[in-house]
Amino acid sequence: MSRLAQTLAPFVLIAMLLAAWETACRVLAVPTYFLPPPSAVAVSLISDWRVLLQSAWSTLSMALIALVTASIIAQCLALAVGLSPVLERAIRPLAVVLQVTPVVAIAPLVVIWAGLDHAERAIVALAALVAFFPIFSGAVTGLKAVDPDLERLFDLYGANRLQRLLRLRLPSAVPYLLEGHKVAAGLALIGAVVAEFVAGSGGAQGLAWRILEASHRMQTANMFAAVVILGLMGAMLNSLLQALEHAGLRWWRGR
Amino acid sequence: MSVAALTDVEVDYPRGRALGPFSLAIEAGEIIALVGPSGCGKSTAMRLLAGLESPSRGQVTRAPGRGQTAVVFQAPTLAPWLSARANAALPLELAGVGQVEAAARADQALERVGLAGVEAARPAQLSGGMAMRVSLARALITDPKLLLLDEPFAALDEITRRALADDVLALWPDARPAIVFVTHNVEEAVYMASRVVVMTRGPGRIAGEVAVNGPLPRPEGFRTTAQFRAHVEAISGLLAKGMSA
Repeated sequence: MSRLAQTLAPFVLIAMLLAAWETACRVLAVPTYFLPPPSAVAVSLISDWRVLLQSAWSTLSMALIALVTASIIAQCLALAVGLSPVLERAIRPLAVVLQVTPVVAIAPLVVIWAGLDHAERAIVALAALVAFFPIFSGAVTGLKAVDPDLERLFDLYGANRLQRLLRLRLPSAVPYLLEGHKVAAGLALIGAVVAEFVAGSGGAQGLAWRILEASHRMQTANMFAAVVILGLMGAMLNSLLQALEHAGLRWWRGR
Repeated sequence: MSVAALTDVEVDYPRGRALGPFSLAIEAGEIIALVGPSGCGKSTAMRLLAGLESPSRGQVTRAPGRGQTAVVFQAPTLAPWLSARANAALPLELAGVGQVEAAARADQALERVGLAGVEAARPAQLSGGMAMRVSLARALITDPKLLLLDEPFAALDEITRRALADDVLALWPDARPAIVFVTHNVEEAVYMASRVVVMTRGPGRIAGEVAVNGPLPRPEGFRTTAQFRAHVEAISGLLAKGMSA
C-alpha cells in the first residue's frame, strides 16, 4: 500500500462514517435532541468556537497544573522510597489502595476539603491524584532498573551512595520517567474532566461543564461539539507527549 | 610477587556449593586463563578476586586500593546515557579525579584501544566490538595491577573475537598487568595465556594446569605450531577428566 493511501486511510473512514451518520439522520428523520447529524454538530462547533476554546483551555490548563504537581510530588516521594527500602514497604500498600480506589469515589470528599467555592482546586487535586501513580511507579521501577553489572562496577570502584544515586540510578530511571509522564498526561486530562463532572461549576467552566450545561438544555449538538473538542485535545496531548518521550529517549541514548 | 590470591576458598549458595575448595595465586604480569565447563564457578572465582563477593570459607588476598583491580564483563556494560569518553572516564570520576583530567585520560585510553575519533559517540552508536573496546579502555584507565576478563569475547563473532584478543595482548606489555580471563574456548586460552588453569565441573576445583611457554604477544603462525596443538590436546584431556571427576 502506498504511503498516500496509508496516510489517507483513517480520514477516508471518518468521512465515510460521518456521511453514513448524516444520511441516516436525514432519511430516518431522527430528532436532533436525540442524535444530531454531523452537520448540526459542525454548526455548533463554528458558532460556539470561542466559548468552546475557552472551556478547552480551562480544562487543559487544570490538567497541566495537575500534571506538574503530580510530577513533582511523585518524583520526590519515589526518590525517598528509592533511598529507603523500609519506607517503600511502608508506603506501597497505601499507594496500592489509593490507586485502585476510583477517583469518582473520593471526589466528593476532595470537593468538601477544597472548599465548595473552589471547584478548581478540587479539580486540580483530583486530576493530580490520578496522574500521580504512573509517574510514581515509573520512578520507583526506574530507580531499581539498574544494570546489575554496572552496579558491580560501581561497587568495584568504591562509589559512595550519592555517586551511585546521581551517576547510576537517576540516569537509569529516565526512560521509565518519560513513559510514566506520557501515561500520566492522558490520565490527568481524563481526571480533570471526571473531576469537573463531580465538582460542578464553581469558577471553572471547563469542557465537562459545557457538556453538562448543554445536556440540561437538551442541546445535544453542543454536547457533541464539546466531546469532539475533548477528543481532539486528548489526541493532541497524546501525540505531543509521544514526541516528547521519543525526543527524550533520543537524547538519553544518543540516537 | 603475587598480586592476588585465593587460598582454599569455598563458596556456598543456598542451592549448594558453587566453588571449591579452590586455590589460585596470581603472579605479577602473568596471564591466566580459567577454563572449565559451564556452572563450574569460574565467574564466582572472578567475583571473589574482584572483591564483589566474599567466600564462605578460605581467604582472599587482593591488591589494596581502588582501581588496582579492574573487571571487563561478558557484556560491554556501558552506561547508555554517557559518551564513550565519559564511560571510559567513569572510574576516575568516581575516584574524584577532576573532569578535565579524567576526560583527557579517557581520550588517551580510547586511543590505546584503537577508538580515536569516537570519543563523543554513545554506546548505541557503536558496534559490539567497539563497545567492548570502550569497556577495555575503562578497565585500563586506572592502570590496574590485576585485570579480570569474564568471558569478554563471548558475544562477539570469531573475527572480532580474534582481533580483540590480539589487541589485548598488544596492549599488555605497556603496563604488564596480571590478567585472569575466563573462556570456554580452549584455543583462545592457549593463544592468550601464559598459564591455563582447568577447572572441574561444579563445584569447581582445579583439574590441572598447563603452562604455555613462548613469547607474548604471540608470533604469527602460533596457532599452527605443534606446541599449540599439543597444549590444546592436553587441556581438552584435563577438561574431560574434570567432567568425570
